[in-house]
Amino acid sequence: MTRRRESAARHSAWLGVTGRFGRYTGIRSGLPRLAALLVVACAGAFDEAKGQALTTVSWGGSYGRAVNEGINIPFTAETGIRINVEDYNGGLAQIRAQVDVGNIHWDVVDLEIADAVRGCDEGLLELIDISSLPPGPDGTPAEDDFVQDSQTECGVGAVYWSTVYAYNSENISGEKPATMADFFDLDRFPGRRGMRRVPQVNLEFALIADGVPLDEVYAVLDTPEGLNRAFRKLETIKDEVIWWEAGAQPPQMLADGEVVMSTAYNGRIFNAQVLENQPFVIVWDGQLLDVGQIGIVAGTPRLEAALQYVAFASRAESQAAVGRRISYSPTRQSGAPLVTTHVETGVEMAPHMPASPGNVDRALRYDWQWWVDNQDELNERFSAWLAR
Amino acid sequence: MQRERVRAMLLVVPLLLFIGVTFLAPLGMMLLRSVHDPVVADALPETLGVLAEWDGEGLPPEAAYAAIARELTLAREERTLGQVAGRVNRVESGMRSLFTRTARGLPDVTAGPWRDVMVELDEAWAQPAVWNAVRATGQRFTARHYLNAVDMQRLPDGSVARQPEERRIYLALMWRTLWVSGAITLLCLMLGYPIAHLIAHSPPRRANLLLLLVLVPFWTSLLVRTTAWIVLLQTQGVLNDILVAIGLIGDDGRLTMIYNMTGTIVAMTHVLLPFMVLPLYSVMRAIPPRYMDAAASLGATPIQAFRRVYWPQTLPGVGAGSLLVFILAIGYYITPALVGGSSGQLISNMVAYHMQTSLNWGLAGALGGIMLAGVFVLYVLYDRLVGIERLSLS
Repeated sequence: MTRRRESAARHSAWLGVTGRFGRYTGIRSGLPRLAALLVVACAGAFDEAKGQALTTVSWGGSYGRAVNEGINIPFTAETGIRINVEDYNGGLAQIRAQVDVGNIHWDVVDLEIADAVRGCDEGLLELIDISSLPPGPDGTPAEDDFVQDSQTECGVGAVYWSTVYAYNSENISGEKPATMADFFDLDRFPGRRGMRRVPQVNLEFALIADGVPLDEVYAVLDTPEGLNRAFRKLETIKDEVIWWEAGAQPPQMLADGEVVMSTAYNGRIFNAQVLENQPFVIVWDGQLLDVGQIGIVAGTPRLEAALQYVAFASRAESQAAVGRRISYSPTRQSGAPLVTTHVETGVEMAPHMPASPGNVDRALRYDWQWWVDNQDELNERFSAWLAR
Repeated sequence: MQRERVRAMLLVVPLLLFIGVTFLAPLGMMLLRSVHDPVVADALPETLGVLAEWDGEGLPPEAAYAAIARELTLAREERTLGQVAGRVNRVESGMRSLFTRTARGLPDVTAGPWRDVMVELDEAWAQPAVWNAVRATGQRFTARHYLNAVDMQRLPDGSVARQPEERRIYLALMWRTLWVSGAITLLCLMLGYPIAHLIAHSPPRRANLLLLLVLVPFWTSLLVRTTAWIVLLQTQGVLNDILVAIGLIGDDGRLTMIYNMTGTIVAMTHVLLPFMVLPLYSVMRAIPPRYMDAAASLGATPIQAFRRVYWPQTLPGVGAGSLLVFILAIGYYITPALVGGSSGQLISNMVAYHMQTSLNWGLAGALGGIMLAGVFVLYVLYDRLVGIERLSLS
């Protein structure tokens, strides 16, 4: 008994709390009061959840900020519906956990397109009827206003974003890289490269650099020889690659001089260029263009408010408001002309947008369908290849 | 006395409930998931019934085509098709789109013969591999995930074989995780033992200060500490700058100390060090300094006295600290993800991938199950060699 007390005293000495919680008087009468307080606090929390506050989930960082300023705040101003914002890093795991248990606290989620399709197939997302969305500013029905293929059964197109590669012009003297092949050319441009640690995008980039025409990339990838070819091309720079995971890493690595060039999300590079005056240059050749989606978690008790939000977010004005804060293009045709200048700095947006003419000429559309089929197998192969 | 005991028990009930709900239940569910997967069996009962009689050679009978056509349509209506297709896709790539495409085309067809209809919709239905994949995923209880977790697969004829070489990954990662965790434990012990000794035998004021130096990093966010290592170790980082400035290395010969295994080991050793120092410190504090004086007065050299008097008394702390650090290291995932590059990834990063991205929770459960079994083996070994009652965590 004494030994135990000794060790307890020693334990609390560690944390420097001896004497503060060491005496037990007062707790007996305090306990019911504390319990009552807790009950009240919990009840308050439940009220919050059942009330009108809508939880929207996005990607955080500069994009999350753009969505918040461009859509959430005006939405609350117009409808009076409060919004809780949460961040996540993609994937369906949390949505699935909520739907499985039936305790849904996320309402609207910003999704990658492959997840929007998969989540729809698995019944994790509500179906959204495109004709229920507001028409364009000139009255064009939503069906015709949205760029083709930007809609899925459960997802409304949010923005076009792109994976590009960029370099820091201070760290490359003389000739500058201009094509995808240059990214893989260690002789002309020695130095480390940054790439995202996933098979997606990298395999496409490898084939483009290896001379495969843009419209044949996925056809070539679909054959075993084509896959081997892509991995062989990656192998040529493997020793020089630093693999990144979060979208904030590439601008950091470029600024630090840790890499001479890196693949990156175009919006993150734009932000570094404009807000931090970094001498980064984006190479648009071979950019991989993808479309982001907004979906509603299946079975949410706030379905009506969620639909209201999705309709609001899909307006051309809302999409343009996001586009004027980060360089991601609207999915509505009527949205593009509204994206004029950057709100904070007044920089002309058009040259920075992935879907602007000139930038989009040598773009490849991300084939999410192919990846949905091959992701499981290729991720194993990619991990095994990395570990070798 | 009896009432006292009941009241004491009542105080523990919330904790037990909490552990049961937040720890034991999810653990059990994940382990169950690693062997039990009813999704395909529930969605395609008739098809699987027909396939049970099929010999696996050639094509299954017309009845199988009719059954799967009906059940795929139904699954699409109930929106479970994606889960079914995803399960089969893990055995045979390409099945996900085959299933969804076929199910989308089926409502336009009203009459059979169904074999011709399905092959017309997609000629993949004329390949036995598709049907073997359906049959393989249709088992409610399956060892598939565990086989997958040790880089094996079950061939259509029922035999077990290794995965093709370019897909073997998990065993190599498990070995790597084990040796990295072992190395980190050893490093923590080598670094932590002198620190703990210094703190335990310092005058109280200095001891408190030193303890604070151990605890402040311990209380600091993991991300902050990991990012700090990036700043220090990267090629253009502080350490390289210093080495270049004092002329030890040239500007073009900067060392690569991060985004590889070195980075993982350095950062994880730092992050886990307090878990070694604290148990050691608490054990060392209880060792009276008089024992060492006594050993010296009996003629022992300092090394002899340490080896035969001091070290054996610290063993419970060494065991506790090592076990704690090793087990934590096995499950660590955020630090290797941030500073590990491609060569510094551990098995936990694959578990996270299957939990969050591929949603293959069965495989994640199997990988976790194997690591859990490994930790249990370690525990039993420790009990045999040292005795678990000598473990001291405080």
